[in-house]
Amino acid sequence: MDQRSMRAAMFGLACAAAAGFAQAQGTAWVSSEKDDALTLIDTATLTVKGTVPTCKRGRHIQRLPDGKLMVACTDSNAADVIDPATAKSVRRIPLGEEPEAFDISPDGKTIYVSNEDEAEASFIDAATGRKLKSIKVGEEPEGVKVSADGKTLYVTSEVASLVHVIDVASAKVVRNVKVGKRPRRMAITPDGKELWVTNELDASVTIVSTADHSVAGTIRFEVKGARAEDITPVGITMTRDGKRAFIGLGKANHVAFVDVAARKVGELVLVGKRAWNVTLDKAEARLWVVNGLSDDVTVVDVAGAKAIKSIPVGRVPYGVVVVE
Amino acid sequence: MSWRHLRGLALLLAGPVAAGGALAATLKATLLLPADDARLERSRLERAYLGHPGGPASDGLQVALDEGRFELEAVQAEVALATQPAATLEAAKAAAIAAEKGGAAVLLTDLPADWTLAVADAVKLPVLNLGEPSDRLRGADCRARLFHILPSERMRSDALAQTLVARKWSKLLLLTGPSPLDAERAATASASIKRYGLQVVASKPFKLSADPRERELANPLLLTAGASYDAVWVVDSDGEFARSLPYRTVLPRPVVGDAGLVPLAWHAQFERFGAPQVSRRFAKAFKRPMTAQDWAAWMAGKALVGAAVAAPKGPAAAWAKALASTPIDGSKGTQMSFRAWDGQLRQPMLLSDGQGVIAQAPVEGILHPSNVLDTLGADAPEKSCKATR
Repeated sequence: MDQRSMRAAMFGLACAAAAGFAQAQGTAWVSSEKDDALTLIDTATLTVKGTVPTCKRGRHIQRLPDGKLMVACTDSNAADVIDPATAKSVRRIPLGEEPEAFDISPDGKTIYVSNEDEAEASFIDAATGRKLKSIKVGEEPEGVKVSADGKTLYVTSEVASLVHVIDVASAKVVRNVKVGKRPRRMAITPDGKELWVTNELDASVTIVSTADHSVAGTIRFEVKGARAEDITPVGITMTRDGKRAFIGLGKANHVAFVDVAARKVGELVLVGKRAWNVTLDKAEARLWVVNGLSDDVTVVDVAGAKAIKSIPVGRVPYGVVVVE
Repeated sequence: MSWRHLRGLALLLAGPVAAGGALAATLKATLLLPADDARLERSRLERAYLGHPGGPASDGLQVALDEGRFELEAVQAEVALATQPAATLEAAKAAAIAAEKGGAAVLLTDLPADWTLAVADAVKLPVLNLGEPSDRLRGADCRARLFHILPSERMRSDALAQTLVARKWSKLLLLTGPSPLDAERAATASASIKRYGLQVVASKPFKLSADPRERELANPLLLTAGASYDAVWVVDSDGEFARSLPYRTVLPRPVVGDAGLVPLAWHAQFERFGAPQVSRRFAKAFKRPMTAQDWAAWMAGKALVGAAVAAPKGPAAAWAKALASTPIDGSKGTQMSFRAWDGQLRQPMLLSDGQGVIAQAPVEGILHPSNVLDTLGADAPEKSCKATR
């Protein structure tokens, strides 16, 4: 962003802040690929309360250990770090070519990012933005997940249908785990024993044992009225107690509730078109689902397994984070 | 002939791979191409007609094999590709026999239909047809071990017909060029038009000519006058006439077929399902946009990698089986597999005006009892291919 547009953006933010942005409590932040802006939704009223300009083609969005928000922007080759309290961008961090998804080391010092065009996983110093290391992985790397102890990094390659297991200390791929076709996102069970991987073109989740990196199981999804090829899981999240997982089923337009211990699919909830990334609120009472092809976000009541409301957001929405 | 090894050259030089049967074998494949390919003459490539190839099939294959390296390494498998040009049908046949003797497990062809058949009949190997769209290879002249990656002409015209149905542009003026291929493709278009309940209100031949005595055949205004239609479907395998037809019709109606809105297997501007990354990798490697034919060649490479990964130790029979049955991810949003009845790769199609992707087929709302992709091209009950697989 050049200085002038930066100043214009700051001005916009200042105005927005004056209009009531200041309280960040209860806000869902939604990234969208074609707006260069984040959409803010009031979680109490479930209405859009504004937008905040950000870097170009914002995709993966997460909270940092210090509470700030970080969104990876593929076309800006950088991340935007935003203070949710002020809704202001506080800094930009270069993330290498075409960053898509990222994760942060438990100490908050290192950012791990997938660079999709370079087919690399990069380690970025969060403080300086300096690229510390980059590791060649399979084409179109996507999901990035670091273990709770910070020692192991998992990166999916959509083309190679592999999960690369990377030893953080040596920055080397120590294992390639074959999973389903087009693996996308991952979740680690809170006990750290299982890595769950969504397979977009396999209508399934592969469960990888983190002890020996063997495939411990596969969960297949079925949706009444949808053919297997229309069930394209991408987004995944789990409850803090690790009992339930929630998976966006893509073109099947549903989210699946899964019993983690039993590895059984329970409720299926109809949401918008191409249900993509998902996230839970703090109380784990509501599931937020981003619908990539209907440009909206669906809020699902977890207890009732029912959609409450769909809220129009930006064009080609990608990820969502709830800040309370 | 040079083999391009994709993995573990050092390992190979050290020797244990050849000695120990327990380790992975190398899946060898040979690509057979025409020696002097008229489709790739500079003057034709410069025209860049939609639906025409943009360069040699080896380009797409190379991108796929390069990106398959990780997947192959994970199971210690290898794929080696050799390329063999042939000047005549006989030479292609001889090259196929030589490749089989030389240990090739799969042949890839980007040859005319008759040459493709000669190759398929000369060997006992699976043959992947990358670039020949003619329906007879999937119908009357089909072969049990012959697979097709590029969509057939019928798939293309079905995709277009579905799009016209979705738009409710049901009355068509059909313009057909002078070549025998044009006549054949016009018949295919008519079959799709019939299948989807569209109506040809007038059908006329056209000819490229400046002769005033032939103006009824050559002048777009005269050709498109005298009937009321929703769209002009032009069949022009050469491409020159069709290119200049849009905006020159007497009625303000869209042109579809070989210009205007064109059904394709791929377009470099396709934005969904990770397609831009594929097109970008291709453009980076070969400094040109990825065409439908390039996509087919790339998919053939993906099929080889898929077979090698499914059966890392071979033998040839296991590869052949895996090739026929392993679904392939072609960055069109769904897994694709070969139809059991004619060896055609079922796949979504893109409709492009050359600037972008306007629509996809199968169009929403078109239904099929088992797989909606089988609404494009010859379906099982048509039984047009008699060869048993």
